[in-house]
Amino acid sequence: MASHNRPLSPHLQVYKPQLTSVLSILHRATGIALAVGTLLLVWWLVAAATGEAAFADVQAVIGSWIGRLLLLGWSFALFYHLCNGIRHLFWDAGKGFEIEQAYMSGRIVVGAAVVLTIAAWVWGYASMGGM
Amino acid sequence: MNLRSPLARVRGLGSAKEGVTHWWAQRMTAVALVPLVIWFVASVCAMAGADYVTVRAWIATPLVSILLILLTVAVFHHAQLGLQVVLEDYVHTEWRKIVAIGLVKFAAIALSVAVIFSIVKIALGA
Repeated sequence: MASHNRPLSPHLQVYKPQLTSVLSILHRATGIALAVGTLLLVWWLVAAATGEAAFADVQAVIGSWIGRLLLLGWSFALFYHLCNGIRHLFWDAGKGFEIEQAYMSGRIVVGAAVVLTIAAWVWGYASMGGM
Repeated sequence: MNLRSPLARVRGLGSAKEGVTHWWAQRMTAVALVPLVIWFVASVCAMAGADYVTVRAWIATPLVSILLILLTVAVFHHAQLGLQVVLEDYVHTEWRKIVAIGLVKFAAIALSVAVIFSIVKIALGA
């Protein structure tokens, strides 16, 4: 007979959010978002193989404001997941486990993701010759 | 101190009977994706706003075709390994979990085949 009065460990919301825990959750969230985002990549490449009309449809969706907003979100997710993934690889190698190091690398990852996202969009718009 | 039984130590594969295979594949694809993703994003930024003919000519370049296929394989393998862990963590009904993980794995294979076929088709000039 299963007991319903077992002691429970404290639930997630009783903890104060910390940079380390928030970034850990963000890594998983961006991973899921990027997995969904692969659908756009699939559509883009399949359309390029299908024909000019199909390709124009994708370009129109990507070029719309909602398309650009999604792309902005995905590009940040990609850069964050990439940078934080490298942070994880250092941990896997046994490096950077001190509390101060974990906070420092976390701040570096967020800063790098923001800078890379801005740089990518500036480069993209420059290639297009402006807005 | 080692709390594992001698038999568990000999077998060394844990309850999933696959040892560190999943974990290791996740890391190896991650390492492969670092240069591939940087290359892809840089290429897309440089090509932003390019027309149909330009994009197809770029995809058809042999080195680009090869790198795109490698990227596709690494991305979908990495993504399905990650989504599997997410589903294992949050879906607690056994049959739902098995169905969800199965769907993710089938989708990863189907989508990567669709992408690879598209790249090959463009590369061979069809």
